[in-house]
Amino acid sequence: MVFVGLPMAALLWEASSEGTQSFWDSVSSPEAVAALKLTLITSLAVSGLNAVLGTMTAWVLVRDHFRGKSVVNAIIDLPFALPTIVAGLTLLALYGPTSPVGINVAFTQAAIVLAMMFVTLPFVVRTVQPVLQELDPEVEQAAHSLGASYVTTFRRVVFPNILPGILSGVALAFAKAVGEFGSLVIITGNIPFQTEVSSVYIYGRIESGDSAAAAAVAVVLLGISFLTLLSIGAVRHFATRHDRA
Amino acid sequence: MRNLFTRLGLRVVALLYLAVILLGPLAIVFWRTFEDGVAPAWDALTTPETINAFKLTLIITAIAVPVNTVFGIVCAIAIVRRKFPGKALLNVFIDLPLALSPVVVGLALFLLYGREGWFGTWLSDHGIDVLFALPSMVIATIFVSLPFVAREVVPTLREIGDEQEQAARTLGATGWQTFWRITLPSIRWAVIYGVILTTARCLGEYGAVAVVSGRLQGETETATLRVQERYDAFDLAGAYAISIVLALTAILVLVAMTVIRPRGEAA
Repeated sequence: MVFVGLPMAALLWEASSEGTQSFWDSVSSPEAVAALKLTLITSLAVSGLNAVLGTMTAWVLVRDHFRGKSVVNAIIDLPFALPTIVAGLTLLALYGPTSPVGINVAFTQAAIVLAMMFVTLPFVVRTVQPVLQELDPEVEQAAHSLGASYVTTFRRVVFPNILPGILSGVALAFAKAVGEFGSLVIITGNIPFQTEVSSVYIYGRIESGDSAAAAAVAVVLLGISFLTLLSIGAVRHFATRHDRA
Repeated sequence: MRNLFTRLGLRVVALLYLAVILLGPLAIVFWRTFEDGVAPAWDALTTPETINAFKLTLIITAIAVPVNTVFGIVCAIAIVRRKFPGKALLNVFIDLPLALSPVVVGLALFLLYGREGWFGTWLSDHGIDVLFALPSMVIATIFVSLPFVAREVVPTLREIGDEQEQAARTLGATGWQTFWRITLPSIRWAVIYGVILTTARCLGEYGAVAVVSGRLQGETETATLRVQERYDAFDLAGAYAISIVLALTAILVLVAMTVIRPRGEAA
């Protein structure tokens, strides 16, 4: 706890060392605000995409059967095992200036979304999958035989059960997207006010020796991480209480 | 009939999603690397700087993984078996490295060990280099890979319960004996799984190490930092070659995860 806590204390200390006014000035500088706004918007978009595509992928992995499914299942964890800088480079190879398919999103905001989607892909799949596995397919079949359509069955039977899983997966994906760095440095070009996210902004401030400004924005990210963790805890707490009732 | 269409439709979308985001990009890099045969990739990999970078990554991993394994097991036992004030806080703190930006981690360590940091002044007075040297890179790597062993071991410990441990105690076993003979064997797959995840994270760490290392070529440059350096120097072949080695390692990790997971869940 000391190992984790002490560096965080040093961070808070640096951010507050020159008073609240200077902290506020650093956080509200136009470039910092633009970076934070961009980070939050892209992270939210990526979280939404993850919620839909991740849930679908989890459903396919649990309920569908086809050859090579176990390989597909193993590949889901690839973004976790692959270094983020390599992820950025591979995305640039396919969707950059030398793209063999003619799609070039390098140095645009679309690239940010793409890279964030890559690194957050496993989260929702891996939180929804075990819940779906536990869920008895007979319940769904019963709903079907009673005349419920696919959509109705999903909405009324499956969805309420997997919602806590989706929410905690989305929260993890959001936290990861907000803090993402390695996969973004290469593909976004880091253009201030356009493709510069907060983590890259912090890195830039450190490089130019302005650690007070870096610390101020870092404290904001720390706060977001902390809130996300707390909300995951709350979702878990609510989900288990719901079970017992 | 409609069921079939929905199922096929979902399958196609899910597979397409994985192909577009994951497999496509990776396949292109493999193709580009070996476009002109194996020789150029091999030459790019065997430059002294690149070999040095890989060595450094391995040294850091070799230190960070054992430390985090011991720490993870101790933390997991404390969280599951003991009651102490601040336990809820420990629970949040142990997950924090997962949710925190690596750059923020790097900055926090930078502020702690830097020349004007809390420890930095004392350390530099005693001639110990932490920042822009191996110690800070090891500390940063330990920090970001901290939660994995504990997170795998905690649920397993909860599941097995403590009846066997209590039985061992009443039969006169010491705490150590109970741990080595009862607890550790029953959590071993969870520990191994956690170690694999930790290793993957250590090998691939970029952001935190980028901040604290100073990126001195041939001195504090790890494999991932080297990828960026080669890219910035317009040496795409070099960047790709190193990436391929790292990607192959990642695939090995995936294979290990797939082999071990069913056993861990059966236990």
